[in-house]
Amino acid sequence: MEQFDFTLIDWSRAQFALTALYHWLFVPLTLGITFIIAIMETIYVKTGNPEWKKITKFWMTLFGINFAIGVATGIILEFEFGTNWSNYSWFVGDIFGAPLAIEGIMAFFMESTFIAIMFFGWNKVSKGFHLTATWLTAIGSNLSALWILVANGWMQHPVGMTFNPDTARMEMMNFWEVLFNPNAINKFLHTIYSSYIVAAVFVVGISAWYLLKNREIALAKKSILVASLFGLIFSILTVGTGDESAREMANSQPMKFAAMEGLYYGTDHAPLIAAGVLKDDPIPENKDKKDFFFEIEIPSALSYMAFLDGDAFVPGIHDLVHGNEEQGIMSYYNKIERGKIAKQALTDFKIAKKENNQLAIEKLSAKFNDKEFLDNYFAYFGYSYFEDPHDIIPSVPFSFYSFHIMVMLGGHFLILFTVLLIFLYKEKLHQMRWLLWLTLWTMPLAYVASESGWIIAEMGRQPWVIQDLMPTMTAVSNIDSNSVIITFALFFITFTALLIAEIKIMLKQIHIGPNDGGH
Amino acid sequence: METVKNIFRFYVEGFKNMTWGKNLWLIIFIKVFIMFAILKLFFFSDFLGSQFENDSQKSDYVLEQLTTPNK
Repeated sequence: MEQFDFTLIDWSRAQFALTALYHWLFVPLTLGITFIIAIMETIYVKTGNPEWKKITKFWMTLFGINFAIGVATGIILEFEFGTNWSNYSWFVGDIFGAPLAIEGIMAFFMESTFIAIMFFGWNKVSKGFHLTATWLTAIGSNLSALWILVANGWMQHPVGMTFNPDTARMEMMNFWEVLFNPNAINKFLHTIYSSYIVAAVFVVGISAWYLLKNREIALAKKSILVASLFGLIFSILTVGTGDESAREMANSQPMKFAAMEGLYYGTDHAPLIAAGVLKDDPIPENKDKKDFFFEIEIPSALSYMAFLDGDAFVPGIHDLVHGNEEQGIMSYYNKIERGKIAKQALTDFKIAKKENNQLAIEKLSAKFNDKEFLDNYFAYFGYSYFEDPHDIIPSVPFSFYSFHIMVMLGGHFLILFTVLLIFLYKEKLHQMRWLLWLTLWTMPLAYVASESGWIIAEMGRQPWVIQDLMPTMTAVSNIDSNSVIITFALFFITFTALLIAEIKIMLKQIHIGPNDGGH
Repeated sequence: METVKNIFRFYVEGFKNMTWGKNLWLIIFIKVFIMFAILKLFFFSDFLGSQFENDSQKSDYVLEQLTTPNK
């Protein structure tokens, strides 16, 4: 461990986290509001009611602002891959190349073409053609997200590849296995559905403000109807995809699963912590130390969530570090030893290559194609960089709180959409000022929930950049940490300026309201 | 050819008739300029690309990094 420059690693991680979190402030609204706009425009085309055209154009304006400010912020992440994370980029280049290329082409051609028709095409193309362009913008932006999430899903659960020691690269063996990786599919669906909730909260929040100000009443009520229904449907579906994601995580990332539940000791009939406050971050050996100040448990729910069986054993952090023979769980100590055997084989290959020892090269190359070696040793390659298994435990408080904040806020959104629909149906929404204020102040919470989801996804899987194969510390480039610190500051300034610009322009447009028909 | 002209005209008229959207385009251009002309050019060179001439050298370097990381 001492051979790593943790100043460089920490700043590289901080920079990536900063840019990813800022980028994600813009993306979920685009993913969701495009569908809400498409639904509104569909109602306009079906009914011919000009009120719906006005509503569609108003939300399209806000979408345009968000899209313009947010567009290309993700490219920064690709800059960082090449500069700060060159070992990682080289290692995964063959796997990431295809999905990211498709994402780039699709984003550019689909979005740029159809967004232009959405904004410039009113009264220039037929209603049907315009509506098609709006739907294709929504579908195109969501399909762009698919490819980047496929790449992320592969990092969480690498499948469909083989390691080539000669090129020091993971090479894709089966594109479809990478695409239909259960982790990627769950991640994609959970991410886009939760983004639809962010967009729905955005629409109901601004509409609630109009109702509080007693203006744009028709627009506000119609928008709340569409967005609440949309938000309610996808809140329910998000629960489903979250449940699937948890099950996938329990199988492929059990440490992350244990950390997000603060489960230090595995048990059967494992309870789910519905809410709780962690006492501290105890080391897993100290069995007497209490984990929580208080907790509200749902008996056997964690076992059911992980394995669809309330009696099932769920491994805790201690079981994963020290192993559990009874449950057939290999210890991290054992994995470290196996990883070191795999790394020695790679070191031998490197020496053989330097010495041009063809016989040794052939023998070792065959080893990297041998299923027994791959499954029992190379599968733990990343563990070889650690001496102490406790360094392979993610931050439990970070994982626990980000997961529980996300889940609790998800529940809040579901109830909010339901209550809004009930009072809208009873025609009492306008009088319910507390509910309107609550709806307005839920807007920032939607972003908190969405960002929390990414924090559990990315912090919970630490120390891995590629699960079990590449720890984050080996992924970084051997560059000067000062350059990373300087660019961190530059990004912070640039992105904060963009965020302030977005909020200011957005607020101005909301104040103007829907009567300005321009774009 | 006529189709290409129509598409071109569609975009030109769209941009000409923009009201508040012009400010957004200004922000996009400033942002893209900062990203590509400053950040990419001066701060984000391709680390392996700038150090090595071909893929074989890059492979050897990463292999060295993976087996004997020395930061």
